[in-house]
Amino acid sequence: MKRLAILGAGTGGTIMANLLRRRLRKSEWAITIVDRDNEHYYQPGFLFMPFGFYKREDIVKPRSKFLPRGVEFIVAEVDRINPAANEVVFQDGSALAYDYLIVATGADIVPSETPGMLDGWRDTIFDFYTPDGAAALAAKLKAFPGGRLVIHVNETPIKCPVAPLEFAFFCDWCLRRHHRRENIDLIYVTPLDGAFTKPVASKALGALLDEKRVQMVTDFNAERIDAAARKIVGYDGREVPYDLLVTVPTNMGSEMIERSGMGDEFRFLPTDPNTLRSKKYGNVFAIGDATDVPTSKAGSVAHFQAEILAGNVVRAIEGRPLEPAFDGHSNCFVESGRGKAILIDFNYDVEPLPGRFPFPVVGPMSLLKPSRINHWGKLAFRWIYWHILLRGRPIPFVPARMKMAGKKRPAEGSTPTGRTK
Amino acid sequence: MPQRQFGPATVDIDEEGFLTDFSQWTREVAAAIAKEEGIAELTPAHWKIIEYMQKEFKENGQVPSIRKLNKSGVTSTKELYGLFPGGPAKKAAKISGMKKPEGCV
Repeated sequence: MKRLAILGAGTGGTIMANLLRRRLRKSEWAITIVDRDNEHYYQPGFLFMPFGFYKREDIVKPRSKFLPRGVEFIVAEVDRINPAANEVVFQDGSALAYDYLIVATGADIVPSETPGMLDGWRDTIFDFYTPDGAAALAAKLKAFPGGRLVIHVNETPIKCPVAPLEFAFFCDWCLRRHHRRENIDLIYVTPLDGAFTKPVASKALGALLDEKRVQMVTDFNAERIDAAARKIVGYDGREVPYDLLVTVPTNMGSEMIERSGMGDEFRFLPTDPNTLRSKKYGNVFAIGDATDVPTSKAGSVAHFQAEILAGNVVRAIEGRPLEPAFDGHSNCFVESGRGKAILIDFNYDVEPLPGRFPFPVVGPMSLLKPSRINHWGKLAFRWIYWHILLRGRPIPFVPARMKMAGKKRPAEGSTPTGRTK
Repeated sequence: MPQRQFGPATVDIDEEGFLTDFSQWTREVAAAIAKEEGIAELTPAHWKIIEYMQKEFKENGQVPSIRKLNKSGVTSTKELYGLFPGGPAKKAAKISGMKKPEGCV
């Protein structure tokens, strides 16, 4: 009996367990998936918690519920991978031998990477990338009397790179509805030179920040946080004072990857961007946030990678050449407030562009422009996530590889498409 | 594709002024871009970083992140900000003839 081991039962790992259990013969292949707990969070839901739209219990389910029959689920803390011996070593010293391994251990926030950040942690400094952080921020926001609310991205890359923008849009909208907006200044601090990395989307999203009176501080890299004086201090000497700091701390891969000596400087696994195989080990593959591939760290990416990765794992097992099919496809709904959302769809080579999705002209969704139907799409996505995506089923009309049909590159100097007017 | 003339060299650049073909890079091109970015003279400290970044780029095809530079032992984040004021990752990549760092998608 041979074994395929999967580390991490989040989005990527769960989809792979479902896809590969269907493709690998049960009489020949055991599939074992490992995670440190049995709580699967719908991570896009974290954004909604600080504003009271979701509570923790709305977005968590047991991991085991989404794993198919015939897959062994182990809840244990992994100490390290020993790739030379083809085994995973647990913290209690026991080992799990594998023939093939899929690393799906994700990315997490690491506030300790920024000196001073932990001094004010969950006092005046909050995150919304963890269930505890999002819940604590909900209570804090409710009681926040007013002043400077600073939304801060510490370092790129981060999971769901649009989430802090959505947080800003949402904040503006909720504060307005509760007639508290006049007492609160919103400031968006980023190490990028604009709202987003790619020019067309950066312009559109930057215009939205402007429209919502969110001040932008760009090219800002925090050297440290002075929690006592409540200010972020940049490497270039600039300082940004805050009364409430909502930060996205540095994101890194699992410490286990570092202990295994397999990670880059962010503890991400060096991975071939097209085949999704480890650059170093022929029987190790990776999916989702755990990889170093240059596309967004997002659930949609893991979903698009999954079908291609499953094919490549089977090819590797059968001794056939891998297919370099992954194109970096990413697709995200960006909540823009007032019951609307923006949809962006892009890959390694094509930046997010305006247009219609998934069908040219008729849509029904609009790309890079706020619309109600996009917002409904985002809300419906929670159901799709649990019932279709995690089971490894295709989402109708949205193939793994990006389609150019329906997208349109704006002419030079045209007005940003992000305006809601 | 836009082009720029730096002394005797013609280089292909993208909309933001990053070289699109690394093979067109020369030390003279680097010095000219540095001037435009507000660095009057490239010192040995600058060159040490440029050379390290180019070595990494040739080996991995990726522009090294500030974190990687900081961990490399070649320089520190603080020193990078002193040498390439403003946005060191972007400025150093531009002067080194590489594409815009993509750590952030």
